Amino acid sequence: MPRIIDQADGRDWRGAAVPLAVLAVWWIVTTLGWVNTRLIVPPLGVLKTAASVLTQADFYRGVLASLVRDLSGFAIGAIAGIAVGALMGVSRWSNRVIGPTFHTLRQISLFAWLPLLSSWLDTGDRSKIVFIALSAFYPVVLGAFEGVRGVSRAQAEVARIYVFTRRQTLLRLILPAAAPQILTGLRLGLIYAWIATIGSEFLLANYGDGLGNIVFKGRANFNIELIIAGMLVIGLIGYAFNRLADLLEARSLRWRKA
Amino acid sequence: MAHAGTLDIRHLSKQYAVKGETLPVLDDISLSIEPGEFVSIVGTSGCGKSTLLRLVIGLEGDYQGEILLDGQRIVGTSLDRGIVFQEHRLFPWLTAEQNIALGLLNAPGTEVSKRKAVQEHIELVGLKGFEKAFPHQLSGGMSQRVAIARALVNRPEVLLLDEPFGALDAMTRTYLQGELERIWQAEGITAILVTHDVEEAVVLGDRVIVMEPRPGRIKRIVDVPLARSRDRSAADFVSIKDDVMKEFGHSVSPPSKGVLQPPRARSRQPQLLAANFAR
Repeated sequence: MPRIIDQADGRDWRGAAVPLAVLAVWWIVTTLGWVNTRLIVPPLGVLKTAASVLTQADFYRGVLASLVRDLSGFAIGAIAGIAVGALMGVSRWSNRVIGPTFHTLRQISLFAWLPLLSSWLDTGDRSKIVFIALSAFYPVVLGAFEGVRGVSRAQAEVARIYVFTRRQTLLRLILPAAAPQILTGLRLGLIYAWIATIGSEFLLANYGDGLGNIVFKGRANFNIELIIAGMLVIGLIGYAFNRLADLLEARSLRWRKA
Repeated sequence: MAHAGTLDIRHLSKQYAVKGETLPVLDDISLSIEPGEFVSIVGTSGCGKSTLLRLVIGLEGDYQGEILLDGQRIVGTSLDRGIVFQEHRLFPWLTAEQNIALGLLNAPGTEVSKRKAVQEHIELVGLKGFEKAFPHQLSGGMSQRVAIARALVNRPEVLLLDEPFGALDAMTRTYLQGELERIWQAEGITAILVTHDVEEAVVLGDRVIVMEPRPGRIKRIVDVPLARSRDRSAADFVSIKDDVMKEFGHSVSPPSKGVLQPPRARSRQPQLLAANFAR
């Protein structure tokens, strides 16, 4: 899958053009009073709110709680996803058995699971983590399945010629050969998990800790500045995850042609 | 130096089932190969020469007759038989030396002795300095050298070569033919080369087996009693080459619908991975 690769040092500032333009328009329309500034609050207000939020321990507790939830759910979903996807890819029989169920369940909107999850597991961390795991699970299964199924016959024969054991076949042929697609699945899973983390904090709200809860409180108090500041933090953390995934992918797929 | 194996093929026949019909691929092949001998097999596509190698390496089974290595019937794949295909089949995520080390993964020996064997074989195929290169950084000819080193590193008794230079340019091919001869002499191994290049067959073979298609049979065996390294323009070389060519002139028929190819076209085969797990 060809992707546009950043310049080697990653210092391509063209990506900053759109945010800067939005910021400029935002600043102009609020300063000149062209819009209702109670709804579209001035950027400076957001900045002030953000600055004051950043000094509060509550905020960091919230970010930490969200990150722990996100990564716990992602880890569970990713491990289960690789296992199920690889199994479906290796064995035609298990694909026949599991495949139809998987592809049907996949059609259920993730958010449609929430009533059931909250009924079974209440609205605490358990139901949130299960929801996040489920969100990460689907793309990882699909990536692992595609990757494993794409192992070439020629390479499989090499494994037979050198009398690989099952374990060797899995660890030295199937997983490395499937790594590009598995990593694509993991990257998507990481994004979905983060979206699900914030979503679960809105929809399984129990006024505990979490970035989503902070934004939610902003809504309750009609504090638009806090809502936007929270959204920016959510977006920046998601962006950081994506960059991290980029780095890991580039590192582990060094063997591929640029 | 490796122990060179004696390969005995007796009344070997093989059929494929295609759409409920049985198509004979090999018909009553008998061939005895001496330890350390270099045998070339030539034939047009569809003569079953690649299938013959796939049976000897153990990737295909389900045949009639016997394939004996040092008197023992072969069962499946084994480290006592190495093979080089037309495509190098290196794992792209491994470096040259890691690919070669795959050949030793299930061989006896300590880590130290294995590392030494890998290094020796890198030098044997003339790739010193390219140990850490990934396959995409190597040329076709260099990749094929890595594949040869991988096949030889565990000291097999027989080396099978399935059109190993077929995908290379003419100059690289000629050069690697010379390299292969040198390596074969250095290792003292029994070698079987399948090719459709008559000159290559005569340059390298102690004997040239000419096969004819539909079903695959041995048409003639031509001895090549020439000293090595052979001069491709010498009169006796040219006359042997012409002799083999002559066999071809008659058996080359226009390709028909019934051309037999091993069923290798499908690239994605989950059941094939299942075969990897079925041992």
